[in-house]
Order: sequence, then C-alpha cells, then structure tokens
Amino acid sequence: MDFEKLHRDESGRVLATLIRLLGDFDLAEEMLQEAYAVALQKWPAEGTPANPRAWLISTARHKAIDRLRRDHRFETKRDEIARNAESTAQPADDFGDDMFPDDRLRLIFTCSHPALATDAQVALTLHTICGLTTDEISRAFLVSVATMSQRLVRAKRKIRDANIPYRVPAREDLPDRIDAAMLVVYLIFNEGYLAATGDALVRRELCAEAIRLGRLLCELMPREAEAKALLGLMLLQDSRCDARTGRDGELIVLDEQDRTLWHTEQIREGTALTESALHSGSKGPYALQASIAALHANAKTARDTDWPQIAALYAALLAANPSPVIEVNWAVAVAMARTPDDGLALLDKLESREQLSEFHLLPAARADLLRRLGKSAEAAQAYRRALALATNDVERRFLSRRLSQLPSQ
Amino acid sequence: MQYLLLIYGLESDWLNLTPAQNAAMQQEYGQFGKEIAESKKHLGSNRLAPVASATTVRVRDGKRVVTDGPFAETKEQLGGYYLVEAKDLDEAIALAGRIPAARHGSVEVRPIFTM
Repeated sequence: MDFEKLHRDESGRVLATLIRLLGDFDLAEEMLQEAYAVALQKWPAEGTPANPRAWLISTARHKAIDRLRRDHRFETKRDEIARNAESTAQPADDFGDDMFPDDRLRLIFTCSHPALATDAQVALTLHTICGLTTDEISRAFLVSVATMSQRLVRAKRKIRDANIPYRVPAREDLPDRIDAAMLVVYLIFNEGYLAATGDALVRRELCAEAIRLGRLLCELMPREAEAKALLGLMLLQDSRCDARTGRDGELIVLDEQDRTLWHTEQIREGTALTESALHSGSKGPYALQASIAALHANAKTARDTDWPQIAALYAALLAANPSPVIEVNWAVAVAMARTPDDGLALLDKLESREQLSEFHLLPAARADLLRRLGKSAEAAQAYRRALALATNDVERRFLSRRLSQLPSQ
Repeated sequence: MQYLLLIYGLESDWLNLTPAQNAAMQQEYGQFGKEIAESKKHLGSNRLAPVASATTVRVRDGKRVVTDGPFAETKEQLGGYYLVEAKDLDEAIALAGRIPAARHGSVEVRPIFTM
C-alpha cells in the first residue's frame, strides 16, 4: 500500500465528507490524521480494506465520537454528529467511485466563499482539497510557515465564527459562486505560471494542482461550459512550460519559442475543451482567453498565427472586462494583424486616457513595436522606461537583453 | 426616547485579560446588566463575535459585492442597524444586500457572540 499516494488521492474526498459529518474543519482534519495513523499500523498486517475510503471515513468518525464522548462540554455536538452519522448511509463496500460527490462541491464552495479573503481562499483550497501541507503552501507562496498557518487558522475560525455554510449555494447565488470558485483555481494556476521567483519545481506543482482542480470542477459540474474553458485555458498555457524559459531561466517570448517543445497532448485536449465550451454557447472570459490560447497553440509557426481573429477576441474580452493588461494585448494583436503603427496609435490613446505611468507592460509593448519598425532609438528609450518600471527579475533580464540586441543607433 | 450605546475598545485588550481580570469584568457587566434591567431601561444588548468574523456587503450596479473584514471607511458614519435571525452567513448576507443603504454605503455583517 502506497500511503503517500493514498493520502494524495483520498484526503480531499475523505475530508470533504468528514467536514460535513463532524461540522468542523479542524476536528475533521485531526481525526483524518488519526485514522491514517491507525491505517499505517493495521493495514500492513491485516491487509488493505476493500474500500479504503469508506474505512477511513468510518474510522475517523468513530474517533471523533470517542473524542467528544470524553469531552463532556461537547454533549450537544456529539448528539448532532450521532444524528448525522445515522442519517448518512453506512459506508459499505459497494460504494462507487464517489460516495458523496456533493461533499467535494460543498468543500469547493466553502473554501472559495467570498466572505473569506482571497489569499485565504487559495490557501484553504490547496490545503483541504488538494491535501498540500502548510509547509508546501508556504513555500509556493514565499511566505513563512508561521504566516501561512496563521492564514489557515484565521480562515477556519471565520468559517466557524461567522457560520459560513457547508453546502452547495442556492440557485440564485450559484453563478457568482461558481465564478469565485473558478477564480481561485485560476489564481493558483497563475501563481505557478507567472511567478518569477521561487522554486521552479514548486511552481510546476501549483500549475499541476490547478489543472487537477480544474478537472474536478468539470467532473462535478459537467454542464458548466466556463469550467471546461478554464481547464482548456490552463492546459493550453501549460503546454508551453518547457519552451517558455531558456537554459538559464531566461524568458523566451511566444514567437521565438521552439514549438517542438510544446506538449501536443495538452494542446489537443485543451483545444477540444475550448471548442466544446464554445459549442455550448459560452462567451465568458475563460472561453475567450482559451480561444486566444488555442489559436496560438495550433499555429504551426509564429508566422501562421491568426492575428486578426486574436485581435477580435481581445476586443470582445475588453468589451466585457475592461482592463489595461487586456487593452495592451489587444493593441499588440492589432499591430500584428495590421501594422505596428496601428498598434502604436492604440497604445498612444491608452497612455493619454489612463493613469498608467507605472505600468511597465505599456512601454514594453511600445518598445517591441518600435523595434519591429526598425526605430531603434525610440525603441531603446521605451525599453529603458519599461526597465525602470518592471520589478520581475525574469522580465527585467528579458528587457535588458532586447535593449542590448538593438542595432546600434 | 431610545438610545443605542455602542461599545468601542481594543479587541486585543479583551483577549489578553487574565482569567481573574476576565471574571472581574464579567461580574461588572453582570452587575450593570442587573441594575439597568431593574430600572426597566434595558431593551437589549449583545456581545459581538471578534471583528475577524466580520463580512462587508455592498450592492453596486445591481450586483452584490461581498468582502472579508469589517467596514473600514472612515468618512462614512454608522446610520442604523438590524438585528436578524439567519440560519447561516449566506442568509445574513442576502438580508444585508436588501437593505437600501447597501446600494450607496456598506453593511457590516457581524455575528453575535455565542459561547
């Protein structure tokens, strides 16, 4: 029996059901640990039970009842758990793959509840659903273990003190709550995908966890087209993970990447998911972003990229979610679809309209378009401005390299 | 005439009381409660759960926006309150979002302290 694998595969499911039965995150976690300890002791000698998951749930539940029986202060709590336990079908050996699929949905919605701070939602999701330890999460987010455990303690305390419910939200709240759950997954992915500092392996792990969560959302809410699009988007972006940095960790931009390093299986699956989301009529932000990613991923060479369609998709994205980042991307796509001058004109407008003097992507995009136009002196000026604003090391190295590669002026 | 008496203080001071100090304070509150009850001037009172359990609800452009934490703007003033019975935070948030002031101001949802 591979206990590490068991923990990895089962802890999210088992914990989700235990939290419902016991009504308390901490108690559920503690009892699950105790059940694992018993399993470690018993299984090697007595053999692995036919249904390890059911065994873990029922052992942890009995441990909880014992614990509460010893502790008289919790008499009403104990009665409640006993009632819950009775009303729940006795775990038997004939349970299918998912005994209580709703429990995992409940856990997802509780962890991403809007009354919790975003960083707490992310930490709680990784901890309870993915089964990552406090230590692992703190390393991924570059904070101390003490800070991360405090964050988790506070989140669990708020769930308890404010009585955040453990259930699938009411129909009228569902669209917003699904958005919130998807956002947590995408934040986890981006933390792994975009973060420039920290252990590369840990960041890969975050992307993998986010994709795993994305699969879970699709499995639990099969009719949710945007969930499919989100999974597709993450797979398509992640398909480039081996091509987007060079040997020394330097950033390699899309049109200079070695496309043979892209993961074709991920591209195939990501594209199929995106198409399926579009067929179901999804025009949400993830469907649009996934469509853009699919166009990039399926271009045989940088030259084959369908820039007019990408520009149109960015325009649609911008209409629904105005943001400077999307607007810069749109301007770049327009430049590629038409001429660099058309893109520069859009960047000018953006610059004159908004307070974006601190936003490094703007001069960086300008510099790239000027470079393409062969206007080296102006490009150099824009690169220097971008360098003065960029804080991310990998991006700074990329901008410096581009600046040094400009033909002498 | 009715008055609402709002109690402000440093939460950390409360949490750092020794058991003896805590007992003394409880007794003082008990005494005060008894006195005003006897004088028929007591209409209701509650201890609130710690501020970390607070949630702020606003409605903007017809959309309900829920955030973690207490109401923190200093330029707006406390204008009223509702004490409601709700089965959980979601129900309390839904009620808070229906208060007209949520459309321009904010409604802080604070649980009542339970033992």
